[in-house]
Amino acid sequence: MSKMHVKMTVNGKAVEALAEPRTLLIHFLREDLKITGPHIGCETSHCGACTVDLDGKSVKACTVFVAQANGAEVTTVEGLVNDDGSLGVIQEMFREHHGLQCGFCTPGMITRAHLLLQENPTPSEEDIRFGIAGNLCRCTGYQNIVKAIAASADALNAQKEAAE
Amino acid sequence: MNEQTLTPEQRTANLKGMGTSRKRVEDVRFTQGKGNYVDDIKMDGMLFGDFVRSPYAHARVKNIDTSAAAAVPGVVAVLTAADLEPLGLHWMPTLAGDKQMVLADGKVLFQGQEVAYVIAEDRYIAADAAELVEVDYEELPVVVDPFKALEPDAPVLREDIAGNMEGAHGPRKHNNHIFTWEQGDKDATEAVLAEADVVAEEMVYYHRTHPCPLETCGCVASMDKVTGKLTLYGTFQAPHAIRTVVSLISGLAEHNIRVISPDIGGGFGNKVGAYSGYVCSVVASIVTGKPVKWVEDRMENLMSTAFARDYWMQGKIAATKEGKITGLWCHTTADHGGFDACADPTKFPAGFMNICTGSYDIPTAYLTVDGVYTNKAPGGVAYRCSFRVTEAAYFIERMIEILAIRLNMDAAELRRINFIRADQFPYQSALGWEYDSGDYHTAWDKAMKAVGYDGLRAEQAQQLADFNAGKTRKLMGIGLTHFTEIVGAGPVKNCDILGLGMFDSCEIRIHPTGSAIARLGTISQGQGHATTFAQIIASEIGIPADDITLEEGDTDTAPYGLGTYGSRSTPVAGAATAMAGRKIRAKAQMIAAYLLEVHDDDVEFDVDRFVVTGAPERFKTMKEIAFAAYNQAIPGIEPGLEAVSYYDPPNMTYPFGAYVCVLDIDVDTGEADIRSFYALDDCGTRINPMIIEGQVHGGLTEALAIAMGQEIAYDDMGNVKTGTLMDFFWPTAWETPNYQTDWTTTPSPHHPIGAKGVGESPNVGGVPCFSNAVHDAFRSFGLTQSHMPHDHWRIWKTANGLGLHG
Repeated sequence: MSKMHVKMTVNGKAVEALAEPRTLLIHFLREDLKITGPHIGCETSHCGACTVDLDGKSVKACTVFVAQANGAEVTTVEGLVNDDGSLGVIQEMFREHHGLQCGFCTPGMITRAHLLLQENPTPSEEDIRFGIAGNLCRCTGYQNIVKAIAASADALNAQKEAAE
Repeated sequence: MNEQTLTPEQRTANLKGMGTSRKRVEDVRFTQGKGNYVDDIKMDGMLFGDFVRSPYAHARVKNIDTSAAAAVPGVVAVLTAADLEPLGLHWMPTLAGDKQMVLADGKVLFQGQEVAYVIAEDRYIAADAAELVEVDYEELPVVVDPFKALEPDAPVLREDIAGNMEGAHGPRKHNNHIFTWEQGDKDATEAVLAEADVVAEEMVYYHRTHPCPLETCGCVASMDKVTGKLTLYGTFQAPHAIRTVVSLISGLAEHNIRVISPDIGGGFGNKVGAYSGYVCSVVASIVTGKPVKWVEDRMENLMSTAFARDYWMQGKIAATKEGKITGLWCHTTADHGGFDACADPTKFPAGFMNICTGSYDIPTAYLTVDGVYTNKAPGGVAYRCSFRVTEAAYFIERMIEILAIRLNMDAAELRRINFIRADQFPYQSALGWEYDSGDYHTAWDKAMKAVGYDGLRAEQAQQLADFNAGKTRKLMGIGLTHFTEIVGAGPVKNCDILGLGMFDSCEIRIHPTGSAIARLGTISQGQGHATTFAQIIASEIGIPADDITLEEGDTDTAPYGLGTYGSRSTPVAGAATAMAGRKIRAKAQMIAAYLLEVHDDDVEFDVDRFVVTGAPERFKTMKEIAFAAYNQAIPGIEPGLEAVSYYDPPNMTYPFGAYVCVLDIDVDTGEADIRSFYALDDCGTRINPMIIEGQVHGGLTEALAIAMGQEIAYDDMGNVKTGTLMDFFWPTAWETPNYQTDWTTTPSPHHPIGAKGVGESPNVGGVPCFSNAVHDAFRSFGLTQSHMPHDHWRIWKTANGLGLHG
């Protein structure tokens, strides 16, 4: 199959590659760019393990063609690490509150939480539960994930206040 | 502060040993997407495998034409059973003593069965080519009902063993029959039933479901033709056992096989057994000399890899009119699908179903289990479960509720008067187990008090009165469960899988500067072994947990062990860890005594050091001892400080718990709204309370899924109706409640640190608790039993059947 020229920004870096138009974004990220944080859990948009941020929207990269992402700005969990290599706030709060076990849903879950907290910086528990309902976790029962996201909101808001 | 002035409490805190909620060391990698799961592995020249699968549940395979697929550019080969037969690999042994087709050999026995394996240069090409393989099927009559499978004129499913009436577990009485397993005293139990004041009888069905970890199964097989070494990376819960099995079936010498389980994205029993994908990938790599990756998709995972449960349990429970249970009888019909691919210890073809007397002092019991072949996927694995203990717990906890209805008694009180008392431990059960320890009354009373049980019943009565008066359409249900688990398989004298004894192991090496590496025969799939096992070592040896690296899953470096499932890691490998630590401590004591110029018996262990008895200012820290162990010539003592322990447990461990669920059911929509869930777990000594609580949350959520909607359902043609996450219920954060956790601590008397294991308890106890709550809501309307899963439709049907829709 003929390949197309693809350009996008991934985690702040410009990337260019040749790819079959039918290539799924998740495979492009994982196989071509070797960004293996986002995972594949279902291929039907249900589980959210492949969640990435695409132009300010949470999308499931298993059901987006790379052609659709041409020219887009993409953020994955790898892009949420601080510049000095330390864990970002949400990553740290997931660790602090035991918001992960096997770690397979975690990249998608954290990427979703990252955007959720931009959409709504002061979410209620209900907001959080509704906001991550597109991301499945088999291990944690969500209770500690919800706690971690609530704690992230507090920490991020405190950071913002301190900066102002 | 220095070594001299730190208090023992400060020094203990520095270790982050047992009992502390140490943050997980795994999380730094996982939270930034730096886990290393099998699909993350990339190798030069790696090929990809994909299966052609049967659309039929039962059919003869008349012809397979692979020519169009093989002609696709980028396709390297297409394998069928005919290609594997000369190697003797078209069938493989199952863990249950049966055999299973690797690729369809003349017929298919379930929908989704592997028929051909396409190997290509990338996964898209492999998938494209798999579509082009032409298979000519002749449909055969399908049997999905295990009772119909045993009818005299039922179609013969397993033609390969037709007429062979001696199975792996004794005589077979029908061509679709696998085994009969009998435990307990038949005559005595029947006599008790005949004479009892009350006998409650019911069929309790625990439906077919699936472990469905978020990461599906997969592997990368890499044969190095220069060295003759095969490296097999995969989602293996038992990497050492896989190495032995691969050696036995492939003929490769075991030292030429290296099995590596990288990070595993959840297992729950799904990743214990051996699958066709592993065998085909190994063959493909040997043939091509290139690495071959196979990763199944979600539909393949749900349709073809190991399912769980599917037990039809006919029960009779006898009691005096005061409610004292006198006997229990159970006959189970176990649907195993097309091949018997359970992962039970050899001597237990129905796993530990004989724990079905539960938490109760039942003097007489009898159990039989008939295993049956049907046109469904093979399996019957222990999904977050120790070999059928989930089925056993569901059975007894339903029978108790049903008996309470018959006796018109409160189900909490009925449990209370029948619990095994604390002074009866160790307790010999009527079906053959010796329960190690327990204090059920204390746990139960704590639970009842915590939830305000009497108040809940009063509230329920009021809500019922309001319902009957037309003021509400919601009924309140109170679900109770007291479960007893049996985990930590197990003693080699009676526990083996395919002849491999179920011990486990730990090797600890102390480095000269006082840090350490430990390797175990188990493999974490989210349980946090790298965190918790380091805590055990920290407490045993006195080296901070942060200074200890934990490694598992590489058979070239880790000591042999049977892996992680059946809540066996802490009971077995955790014990090995403590014992290896004690060996090191014993040597350290001799070194310390030499350095302090006193007799061995005149030093004693104190948190992180040995001190001279009576002179606490004279001591050697473990760091100092480690350095001396390597670098100082000590007469009569070999250099070095390391130990390995292979631990064969003397008994199983018996965690238990008391759970209470409160929910409201809308009789018009069938919706169940979980109002609260209280879970008290007693897992013996608690190593990391944070991780225990996380395990309980997760296990309860899987229990919620199973009880309230998750199933592998088939239609009469054997089509899987729940093959994607669209249909297979997996709760989201939205429908999952918050849980209240609690505990008591009754250490195991035979385990070196008294730990019992906890990962599966919440699933074992959670399912009956949710289900009992649904039943309880309808108790006053005459409901005794309605089968799970209690999805909205089934609850609505129950309400409708009871005349609640007017």
